Amino acid sequence: MTSDIALRMEHVYKKFRRGETFNSLRDLIPALTGRMFRQGELSETDKREFWALRDISLEVKRGEAVGIIGHNGAGKSTILKILSRIMKPTKGSMVVNGRLSALIEVSAGFHHDLTGRENIFLNGTILGMTKREIQRKLDQIIAFSGLEEFIDTPVKRYSSGMYARLGFSVAAHVDPEILIVDEVLSVGDSVFQQKCIERMKEVIYSGAAVLFVSHNLKTVAEFCQRSLLVEKGRAVITGPSDEVISTYLQKPTPGAVDHTSSGPVRISNVKVRNEDGECMRFRSGEKAWIDVELTALARCSKLSVTLYAVNDSFTHVFDTSTERLGHESFDLEAGDVYSCTFELQMNLAEGTFYPSVVLFRYDIQAVYDRWEPAATIYVSSGGAVRGIAHCFPQIIRQEIQKPSNGGLVETLTNGDGKLGSV
Amino acid sequence: MTTLKPITELSQTATVAATRDGSLTARPSLAQMGDSRQLSTEPAGWLSGIRDQLQELYKYRELLYMITYRDVRVRYKQSIMGFMWAIFMPILIVMSGIVVRYAYALAAHRQLEMSDLASVAVKSIPWAFVVSSIRFGCNSLAQSNRELVTKIYFPKEIFPLASVLSSLFDFGVATAALIVIFAVLRVHVNANLLWAPIILVVMVTLVAGISMLVAAASLFFRDVRYIVELLLTFGIFFTPVFYDVDMFGRKGKWLLLNPVAPLLEGLSACVTQGKPPDIYWFSYSLAWAVVMLLGGYAFFKHLEPAFAESI
Repeated sequence: MTSDIALRMEHVYKKFRRGETFNSLRDLIPALTGRMFRQGELSETDKREFWALRDISLEVKRGEAVGIIGHNGAGKSTILKILSRIMKPTKGSMVVNGRLSALIEVSAGFHHDLTGRENIFLNGTILGMTKREIQRKLDQIIAFSGLEEFIDTPVKRYSSGMYARLGFSVAAHVDPEILIVDEVLSVGDSVFQQKCIERMKEVIYSGAAVLFVSHNLKTVAEFCQRSLLVEKGRAVITGPSDEVISTYLQKPTPGAVDHTSSGPVRISNVKVRNEDGECMRFRSGEKAWIDVELTALARCSKLSVTLYAVNDSFTHVFDTSTERLGHESFDLEAGDVYSCTFELQMNLAEGTFYPSVVLFRYDIQAVYDRWEPAATIYVSSGGAVRGIAHCFPQIIRQEIQKPSNGGLVETLTNGDGKLGSV
Repeated sequence: MTTLKPITELSQTATVAATRDGSLTARPSLAQMGDSRQLSTEPAGWLSGIRDQLQELYKYRELLYMITYRDVRVRYKQSIMGFMWAIFMPILIVMSGIVVRYAYALAAHRQLEMSDLASVAVKSIPWAFVVSSIRFGCNSLAQSNRELVTKIYFPKEIFPLASVLSSLFDFGVATAALIVIFAVLRVHVNANLLWAPIILVVMVTLVAGISMLVAAASLFFRDVRYIVELLLTFGIFFTPVFYDVDMFGRKGKWLLLNPVAPLLEGLSACVTQGKPPDIYWFSYSLAWAVVMLLGGYAFFKHLEPAFAESI
């Protein structure tokens, strides 16, 4: 190897067309004749074009993992599709140096009528492995998937989890020099996810370059030394993942910006803060305040504010409302500004959470306005607890019984019940 | 090649050069690279382009095999008749041919001869192959393999080519059955039978070209599929499958303009009559086959980069 650069994109632009393209010949003929007569002026098709990517440059070295983060529709997947050569850039160039494997849709190659075993061969070849290579790794792949019993069953009888597990197991054994990952880690149960993460670490240690796209900031922070933040098709910042993630968290979510509402009342502001002011990063157990401000455009009554949150796999974390917290629904006149503050104890495990605010009239169940999500919150816990909730677990007693001694040998408990960090 | 470095060390060596507006600056120049692929929007020389594409296709030959295997396997899985399907379709065509031939014979006040039936059989089975290749080929991108076209990179001509190969497999099964029947009927073996494989190669070439062409076209325009379907349904009337071109006398030449026609006539000549095919008309079909293969491939490859976003 003469260069340690595995992947490089230089000033890449990608143009897409909004709306319908010509799907039948009947549409094409008027479009073509139209183009002939309207030379020079900007045709309607030109106006419908937009840049999905603008001037993206990126470089990944061997043995390095780089993350790409950004809101939905920012252009992350387009970058990956261009790098994995499914799409061609409109402008700009790129270099791919080595065997590239893209985990964009790991079970895309499956055929539901074939058995698990046959699909391993099929999907393996689609991902660029040779038959001999698959034969050699077959036992490993089956063991990794944990589907030994079902491997000769047609995959149409599989559950969606089993399907995805088999897909990832094949993809994980490709041994790429460059690995492109898009959100595949959200498959399977947490044990399988952990297995996948371990496997990806192995791939990085083996000297491969990894490009990782995820909404899961925790995984990005854990995996990637560097990250790229994309916003509306432009690169906002490239740098150490921590810095990029905090830049990302300071940005308002697009839902809050491009917001329009037609109801008589609208949510005019939502702010998340800690004791010191506006804030997006919290430690588990810390207190957070969410300020909600409403502006009434017309008279309306029986209003109630609901606050809920989801995590990055869209699991419902909690929901509450002013009504349920013991405050009666309220009425507003045109021009009134209402505000309230929710106080929360962030008993959440490490991860990204999206609080949302919904404004509705309780008695007729009419939604007047919603900010979904209203903000992005990043909670860190030092890694002691995985999952959603942080219930501050501690080990207050631990002992080992040795039968040779006939009884208790050691009791490892100290005064305050703490046994150091777990 | 494998270097085990802790991540922390690597992160220190990683060069980060970014400005707020997002453009990376001051990167080292890429002087020499190993087996790198430079992919840019500027077109390379077309000859070297085609060479690279063919090399890539060769690299993916196992995938072509696997997709063909999948198509064959899936077609016969969960069907009671299994491989009988491969014979069933040609038998149906042969039967209809016999009915048509019988009608001709009645109208002409003559006896239906054995050689007529043999000729119908010899032409029907390749025709079934042509129809099924083009039909499966046409649907192979936009219909059957949508997911793979939009999500994973590899040379996509594998799909129409696999359709041709899996149809060729059916053709092989049906031909094997036909050979058994012919052996029982004691058809004479002669040197001109050697023309049969040559004609078949030309036919596969022609059909492969057409399949790539219609597969790519139908991805962009839905109506291509319907047009192809219509042509395949009514094509049997414009192609000498149930009849022979000489039945039309001098006007038969017009029918031979259909590039499949000389091939079917040639097959019938060398298998049932022990005669070589008409060399001029054979060359005419050969020219079509070469043009279709090159044209279809070039067309396919030209449109391929836009497949994922147009499907």
